[in-house]
Amino acid sequence: MASRRPAKDQPASFDWTPENKAWCEEQIKKYPQGRQASCVIPFLWRGQKQEGWVSIPMMERIARQLDMPYIRVYEVATFYTMFNLAPEGEFFVQLCGTTPCMLRGSNELREVCKKVIGEEGHVTEDGKFSWLEVECLGACCNAPMIQISTKDGDHYYEDLTPEILEDLLGKLARGEEVKIGTQHPGRHTSDPEGDNTTLTDPSLYDGSRAQPLKEIPNSAPKEPAGQ
Amino acid sequence: MSDTRVIKVNNREIEVPSNLTLLQACEAAGEEIPRFCYHERLSVAGNCRMCLIEVKGGPPKPVASCAQNVKDLRPGPEGAPPELFTNTPMVKKAREGVMEFLLINHPLDCPICDQGGECDLQDQAMAYGRDGSRYEENKRAVEEKHMGPLIKTIMTRCIQCTRCVRFATEIAGVDDLGLVNRGENAEITTYLEKAVESELTGNLIDVCPVGALTSKPYAFNARPWELRKTESVDAMDAVGSNIRVDARGREVLRILPVLHEGINEEWIADKSRFVWDGLRRQRLDKPYVRKDGKLVPASWDEALSLVAEKLKAAPKEKVAALAGDLVPAEAVKALKDLMGEIGSPNMDCRQDFAKVGEGDRRNYLFNTGIANLEQADAILLIGTNPRAEAPMINARIRKTWLNNLDVKIGLIGEQKDLSYDYDYLGAGTDTLSSLAKGEGAFYEALKAAKNPVVIVGMGALAREDGAAILNAAAQLADSVGAVRGDWNGFNVLHNAAGRVGALDLGFLPGEGGRDFAGILDGCEAREIDFVYNLGADEFDARRLAGAFVVYQGSHGDNGARHADVIFPAAAYTEQSGIFVNTEGRAQMANRACFPPGDAREDWAIIRALSGRIGKALPYDDMFALRQAMIAEVPSLGRIDQVGGAEDRFDASAAGAAGSLSSEPFVSATADYYLTNPIARASKTMAECSAVMNGAAKVAAE
Ligand code: SF4
Ligand code: FES
Ligand code: FES
Repeated sequence: MASRRPAKDQPASFDWTPENKAWCEEQIKKYPQGRQASCVIPFLWRGQKQEGWVSIPMMERIARQLDMPYIRVYEVATFYTMFNLAPEGEFFVQLCGTTPCMLRGSNELREVCKKVIGEEGHVTEDGKFSWLEVECLGACCNAPMIQISTKDGDHYYEDLTPEILEDLLGKLARGEEVKIGTQHPGRHTSDPEGDNTTLTDPSLYDGSRAQPLKEIPNSAPKEPAGQ
Repeated sequence: MSDTRVIKVNNREIEVPSNLTLLQACEAAGEEIPRFCYHERLSVAGNCRMCLIEVKGGPPKPVASCAQNVKDLRPGPEGAPPELFTNTPMVKKAREGVMEFLLINHPLDCPICDQGGECDLQDQAMAYGRDGSRYEENKRAVEEKHMGPLIKTIMTRCIQCTRCVRFATEIAGVDDLGLVNRGENAEITTYLEKAVESELTGNLIDVCPVGALTSKPYAFNARPWELRKTESVDAMDAVGSNIRVDARGREVLRILPVLHEGINEEWIADKSRFVWDGLRRQRLDKPYVRKDGKLVPASWDEALSLVAEKLKAAPKEKVAALAGDLVPAEAVKALKDLMGEIGSPNMDCRQDFAKVGEGDRRNYLFNTGIANLEQADAILLIGTNPRAEAPMINARIRKTWLNNLDVKIGLIGEQKDLSYDYDYLGAGTDTLSSLAKGEGAFYEALKAAKNPVVIVGMGALAREDGAAILNAAAQLADSVGAVRGDWNGFNVLHNAAGRVGALDLGFLPGEGGRDFAGILDGCEAREIDFVYNLGADEFDARRLAGAFVVYQGSHGDNGARHADVIFPAAAYTEQSGIFVNTEGRAQMANRACFPPGDAREDWAIIRALSGRIGKALPYDDMFALRQAMIAEVPSLGRIDQVGGAEDRFDASAAGAAGSLSSEPFVSATADYYLTNPIARASKTMAECSAVMNGAAKVAAE
């Protein structure tokens, strides 16, 4: 991954929407006097939710709000890859490339992204798509997966194959409904494919195996070792 | 220190204060620990891992010795002292591993790197690294950053020790530098690549252990082993920072700080460090004589004869002498003796018309001492901008402020960014008077403080009512308990290197003599016929026009332009001389190289002239001159010593009581980078001035 740099074109200014402003004021109160800088990540995140990306005027605004030097906010914003330093597409695809997803075929998904969207970090002409390879998003059980961020939120799409991904992107481009979560027809959320393969014995659940306790385990005081 | 602990380093027992880090403890035991990120005067980052050692009984892995304290060591069985090892196979392997990792991305460009020969990475790779690397992948490359006119960056060489970030944030007090991005992409940058806005930026070059931050003006000029190194004293301000002047042949190629805990610690300000290109430009390298309104080169013989003739012709009460800011004490002594021989009382060394310098030495010294500022708990600054007038003293005040959250700092004068918070009390004498009357919260703060400090700058003294202000400030210091037997919190902050020495020697108007303003008025009224101007450039030299003016100095600046005869003299790096800093500390500057062309040492020129007028001064060499000088003013002989007065300082005798005008104080230093002829001749300083003033303007808008 190349060094992240702020976008060349920066807006002239940034301001919070009234409700975000109120939200900020609430958040600041959570921290003791002199520790307001701790709000920086929630603020940047909120700002990104508002504008879709983190601009220089936004960082400076937040720095002033939290009484931090600009460079300190800039450091945080560049450190965390979840902060977009340039505008992204309407559908911002984050492709997981970490080992489990890689073993399950994320390399092929990358090819699809390249084919359908173009180079990493570049926004399509219609402004609809951009993509980025990210580290594990914690849905490895349904690898490979992507996250797509839009104005309405961030959603996971799991159990992908190149065909499913291409179809998914096509539907999004046409404005059609898509299914969120696993794309595997035979899977419910993150349950095993098909049906459960372990812990299937019904007696585990009907209470028939329960036995009265004779004593509480580990309740007796331990003898000192070596005696 | 009572809180000590016995530990064992490489099986040798040693007792160390328990607040030391393991690294310091090992050093105390005589073991060398390699390090990159650790720096005694900066906070501990613990991110380079070069300082790994083995701790017995600790976790079975090497420990970063810079980041753990002795008091956190667990004792061995039966309370045996904890054991540290710096020479075990584990340590050796750890160091080799860290070094190999550091070199994964560090370029092997030592042959074209300015740090070569004095690079920590180079040295430590030799001493602690393995012979080769097992990494064959491409190295990363990092874009250069713009950091202003003084610092050249080759960021590919950076090892992310973050010393520079910590220096800028902690010591310089400018939050401009940061480490952005992460992991392999981490890089050091200034915020949006603007210049680092500080007058201490040169020190970044020193703290950087590799060649990532190097000196722009010195780039590709020399290798450290080719340079002749001379320890000396800086003359750019009255702090007397200790410096090392590195020269090759006749040229000074760079100036570096030398450690002096009492003055500059291990830093110096940018003007002191980068002024050296001014030593080669605008130099006066031969005598000049004005013929038909034009200054033309002449021989020493011609110039001296002409001056001798004029001097002999002038009636003694119509002769005057001025001394400038960069003149060593020996030259002042020689000129004063010459004036004594002639019998003229018209002399002055205060070209800024400062009303200071009479009476007890402590009336015009920085009595607290620079290092003692760290004990202060309330500081009042009057008519001074220490950041511009004495950056090293400003850094000390900042250090005090950082170490003691309760220290109260107040300022009367121009409201400037001083790199620490202060209470702005007012613009001028009104505020001072009300404080002196015991009014205001800050008076209470001073009064309540254990070690209050009052610092008066030239902005308050170089004016008509300067003596009255000096008196008011001293009385104020006295009334808040700043003047005691064990603590003298009354300070005058000078900004001219030669000033205190000249005041010590009494280069002031004698009985019925004229002071600086009087001499200028006298020239205009044709009551002065002959003026000997020893390196004074910071006044309106056109006002001398009525008299015959001899200018002796190193640079063709304001003073030389309006002279009738010019005697070319050595600059502060080219002659041995004593400078007394604002604390009253006499220090010896040494000759790093010879003056250019026909220029001569200051005292020798005056001695030669005295011979020509038949009043030869009674010393033939520097040694004899110094002996005579020290006999007259013993403090000049007490090299590197301060204080010495036993009796209690009488504050009421400082200056003279009088009425104060209501003019606000204006700092004596308008442009930090251009305060003297050498700095004005320097291209680097001109560039800095342009950049910083431009930046200041943008910031103000
Ligand atoms: S530039 Fe130098 S001082 Fe700064 S982090 Fe890099 S190596 Fe360290
Ligand atoms: S590896 Fe892809 S979600 Fe964890
Ligand atoms: S010197 Fe200890 S980690 Fe860098």
